[in-house]
Amino acid sequence: MSDATLTLPARSNVALARLRTFGLALIVPALLLLGWHLAVKASMSRLIPSPYAVAEYMVDFAWGGIWDDAFSATLHLHLMASAGRVYGGFLLAAMVAVPLGLLIGRTPLIRDLLDPFLQLMRPIPVTAWLPLSMILFGLGARSAFFLVFLGAFYPILLNTIFGVRGVEARLFEAASMLGCRGNAQFFKVVLPAALPSIFTGLRLGLGLAWFVIVVGEMTGVPQGLGAVIMDGRTLSRTELVICGMIVIGIAGYLSDRVILALMNRALRWSPQHHG
Amino acid sequence: MAEIPILDIRAVSKRFTLQGQVIDALRDANLSVVKGEFICLIGASGCGKSTLLRIVAGFEPVTAGDALMWGKPIAGPAPDRGMVFQDYGLFPWLSVRENIAFGPNARGRPKGEVTATVDRFIDMIGLGRFANAWPHQLSGGMKQRVAIARVLANDAEIVLMDEPFGALDAMTRERLQDELLDIWQRTGLTVIFVTHSIEEAIFLADRVVVMEPGPGRIASEHRIELPRPRDVSSPEFNDVRRMLGAKLHSHHAPKAA
Repeated sequence: MSDATLTLPARSNVALARLRTFGLALIVPALLLLGWHLAVKASMSRLIPSPYAVAEYMVDFAWGGIWDDAFSATLHLHLMASAGRVYGGFLLAAMVAVPLGLLIGRTPLIRDLLDPFLQLMRPIPVTAWLPLSMILFGLGARSAFFLVFLGAFYPILLNTIFGVRGVEARLFEAASMLGCRGNAQFFKVVLPAALPSIFTGLRLGLGLAWFVIVVGEMTGVPQGLGAVIMDGRTLSRTELVICGMIVIGIAGYLSDRVILALMNRALRWSPQHHG
Repeated sequence: MAEIPILDIRAVSKRFTLQGQVIDALRDANLSVVKGEFICLIGASGCGKSTLLRIVAGFEPVTAGDALMWGKPIAGPAPDRGMVFQDYGLFPWLSVRENIAFGPNARGRPKGEVTATVDRFIDMIGLGRFANAWPHQLSGGMKQRVAIARVLANDAEIVLMDEPFGALDAMTRERLQDELLDIWQRTGLTVIFVTHSIEEAIFLADRVVVMEPGPGRIASEHRIELPRPRDVSSPEFNDVRRMLGAKLHSHHAPKAA
């Protein structure tokens, strides 16, 4: 509402503030690059390539024409393969965890039935599932998919339950005295009230999906950023490993920005989600 | 005076068990309210005034006795008894307009009718410019206006108000008291209003019901005969204030629980 009244004088300030934020965010990475460069120059380790070598390799990895080896101009293939597994596993996790969380949060019987079991399974790290997953789903993409699913599942589930359980009793009273009772309250009260928590879960879940993709792709898939990193390791090609790390970092970051934008749009009503 | 009461509270008691302790929130309360009356419930904390209000709202079942509306036992919350909470209870994800439309929509009213109703009540509370604002963008006074409009738009016959102006500053509170009286006089609603403030009770009510704690119960009833609009600085107003103050404070002496 008040935005409209302060556009003109504010515009340049906003641009300046953006620039400042951007500049501040660049300081630490720049220092890190400098430190890396100097350390390599001082030959602290011959196993680590210089930032320049990595940048050069990144260009070759993306577009080819420099080294022309097995990995040249293959970035998009690996990125698409990993993104497919990350988003596939994440969406499947969301499709199972959100309804299950709503059910557990709302129905005491289901809560008593499932909650102890899920609490027991939750501390088991995704990496520990790797051998079993390879037996169950074989070597390859399906295993990776399953591990990503597992990584994204718990944060979505737990935050959904938390959101449903945390709906203010007052809102149920308000709804019922206005004539909205019983199951009608589910869509009119529970779901919108739990939405901020559900989004928090989705955001954490997607982050974890990128986090576990390397583990997921240790299962012997031919393509994927995790596979690239594993290959780089076995071939002692550190520049390849670092390229894979950087791409995962950027892809995960961009994913997070997308989900954040969706969240801020869906939760415009919430004072906690204003940007 | 042979009118059928809109609300009839007969020997109502409410008992809670809290951490193994039995608490008599309300004991043997009797109150009869005719349509169009403005009742204020007043008393120290623990006197059962909010409990009584929540029983009428249908949020709490009675332990003993009968709570009747138009002669029928109250069974759960319903739109004919609208509640205005001190903490507003607005749906934060709905705009002002959508909050007011919530009740009529939930009851399946046709779209055109809902729009017309909502427009009318937004106009009544003077929030036309904020029709599409979210609750968190409103001041406390504005939120409480929306909460009142939401109940009125849903055809409530009895409006239950649980210290609705308790969280507002003095100026806003006075203005909302005037607006509430204005709405009440124009619509012929029945209002049951819980308050801590003697002055607020005398300013608003046809009848003030004094309650006392330990166990919570109705101590006395006082018809306020002062002509409206009431002048809080008049000697007559002060006489009533002094009399009610004495009534209230006489209950403040420590009692065995």
